[in-house]
Amino acid sequence: MSRAALLVLADGRFPAGGHAHSGGAEAAVKAGRITGGASLEDFCRGRLHTAGLVSASLAAAAVLGLDVRELDAAADARTPSPALRAAARKLGRQLLRAARATWPGDELDAVAREFPKGAHQPVVLGLAARAAGLEAVDAAYCAAYESVSGPASATVRLLSLDPFDATGALARLAPELDRVVDRAVEAARRAVDDGVDALPAASGPLLEIGAEAHAAWAVRLFAS
Amino acid sequence: MTVTGVRATARILARDDGRGGTSLPVLEGDGPLALRRTRASGAEARVMLVGAMSGPLGGDRFAVEAKVAEGARLSVGSAAATIALPGQTKGEAHYDIRLDVADGGELAWLPEQLISARGSDLYVTTRVELGARARLVLREEQVLGRAGEEPGRLTSRLTVRVEGRAVLDQELACGPGAPGGWDGSAVLGGRRAVGQLVVVRPEFAAEPVAARMLGEEAALMPLAGPAVLVSAVAADALRLRRLLDEALAALG
Amino acid sequence: MHLDHSHDGPSAVSADARRPDGSRRALRIGLGGPVGSGKTATVAALCRALRDELSLAVVTNDIYTREDAEFLLREAVLPPERITAVETGACPHTAIRDDISANLEAVEDLEDEVGPLDLILVESGGDNLTATFSKGLVDAQIFVIDVAGGDDIPRKGGPGVTTADLLVVNKTDLAPYVGSDLARMAADAKAQRAELPVVFQSLRSETGVRDVAAWARAQLAAWTA
Repeated sequence: MSRAALLVLADGRFPAGGHAHSGGAEAAVKAGRITGGASLEDFCRGRLHTAGLVSASLAAAAVLGLDVRELDAAADARTPSPALRAAARKLGRQLLRAARATWPGDELDAVAREFPKGAHQPVVLGLAARAAGLEAVDAAYCAAYESVSGPASATVRLLSLDPFDATGALARLAPELDRVVDRAVEAARRAVDDGVDALPAASGPLLEIGAEAHAAWAVRLFAS
Repeated sequence: MTVTGVRATARILARDDGRGGTSLPVLEGDGPLALRRTRASGAEARVMLVGAMSGPLGGDRFAVEAKVAEGARLSVGSAAATIALPGQTKGEAHYDIRLDVADGGELAWLPEQLISARGSDLYVTTRVELGARARLVLREEQVLGRAGEEPGRLTSRLTVRVEGRAVLDQELACGPGAPGGWDGSAVLGGRRAVGQLVVVRPEFAAEPVAARMLGEEAALMPLAGPAVLVSAVAADALRLRRLLDEALAALG
Repeated sequence: MHLDHSHDGPSAVSADARRPDGSRRALRIGLGGPVGSGKTATVAALCRALRDELSLAVVTNDIYTREDAEFLLREAVLPPERITAVETGACPHTAIRDDISANLEAVEDLEDEVGPLDLILVESGGDNLTATFSKGLVDAQIFVIDVAGGDDIPRKGGPGVTTADLLVVNKTDLAPYVGSDLARMAADAKAQRAELPVVFQSLRSETGVRDVAAWARAQLAAWTA
């Protein structure tokens, strides 16, 4: 068991498919809602406190051993957009493949058998963290950070944004990321006793609506 | 100093009257939450929620419980928009709505808008439990501030279960003090009206509705279950209502 | 790894050469190369040449999501259920080399849905001369360049030209018009690649994709031997 495993799991180059997804940034760029570094930061802040919080709590709850099927259903209920549900399952399946190769074990194998088409990515992320010997807080950090690093790196490609601007935005979000992780882990611990309803359900309407608009485009750079 | 807000719970029970209509054996208003039965339409009983005074204010706890028994049909509307206002007591106001529709029952829950006035702090919880083959149309609209006014803080969680399984669980938090980014490009994008229309019909299980955009800032989305959600943001309440009305009409 | 991995369902985690039931899975051949060199046209020609004798499927990796897949669908080289597009997030080389997870899902889904398959062609999105396929994704790779891209490409080398199992120099019919020296290209390729094979082809000529198809058949014969 090593805390450094968190660096492996959180590495943007961990081969789990994230590079092909923009976390809603492509739709927001097209709609004129992200135009540069400041609006990217604003977008990321909103995503962190909504989808990021929910993902972080799901991941933390998976580490704490909540039932995977219940967590997956909770993720479905918290993801009204069918395009986002499909993307989350696709990414979950890819992450599960990478995690099984990296940290082989029976628990991940069982999830692959139960969800041949993939479980929601944050749930798998929690299970991968668990397989890597990490704790709930580690998984929550990983999920919360992914919720903002994905849109940031996609926006660098989409707008040819100065990569230092994007990285600066992520750094400025760090204190809020800490708070989101605290909330996520606290909720996950409550869910151990009270069930998945205790997990946050924060939503960003424009994230869901934008994902549906994006899914209908004939030509796009990112899968979501 | 202990000043407590108003506590009020209104209750409705709708039952199949056995003669092709719906009876209302329970129709209890409470304090500021008054209920009026209005003219029925066919098998459906109609109830109007009449706000005898504006509210909820800070510290208030309002609740509405509506139960639709097997085979009954109920439609609930409100006479006017609900305005969340700051109160004399500190602390948030709560508005809890609990809707139960038994097997084969049908509920249309179509209140007017909820307006979050400056300085208010309201936590709305809407929980819907549906039995097998129950039908639902539920509309929620949040308006951030009266005309030209800054909004208060509003947190609204909506949970819809079909046969115990959650098909929708989402919370919207906005206004001063809400987590960051609420007015930004991932959440509301500066829009001042946001709404949800949930439609549950058993036939959606076999014939799911395809997702589609309704203009630029609204989408019809099939949920993981026999339900669809129309999610919309708009510049104002009027435009929002038009979008949701069109979506409902399009569902037939 | 536990023994039960090969029996009850969960897909393989890497490029295992066998299906969960123990039989040998389809051979996977990657086609990479610069934009416009004729990768998609070569895939289409290969499908036409091989589809009557082999069970085939194609995975495309587009820069703009589904363009190449849609070309193949329009051309009707295979039934639509045998063609899958992988979305690459503006980085086609990442999807075939650094993070192959989406492509592995795609090839496994094809095997599940239309299999058993003999051969899966994985076409990369048009990229630069350094793009190569991961060995975790394909068993052999073809690098496609064309004479119009400049006759100095073989001399410049790069991982694709130097290490691909087959180098295809495409559009030889255009050589006189663009002033490319085919003999020089052949000599440079030989110098870069030693014994690795090179095919010069024009899909407009009578022989078309014949040599590449023959190479693919030989790869498959070696794979199933």
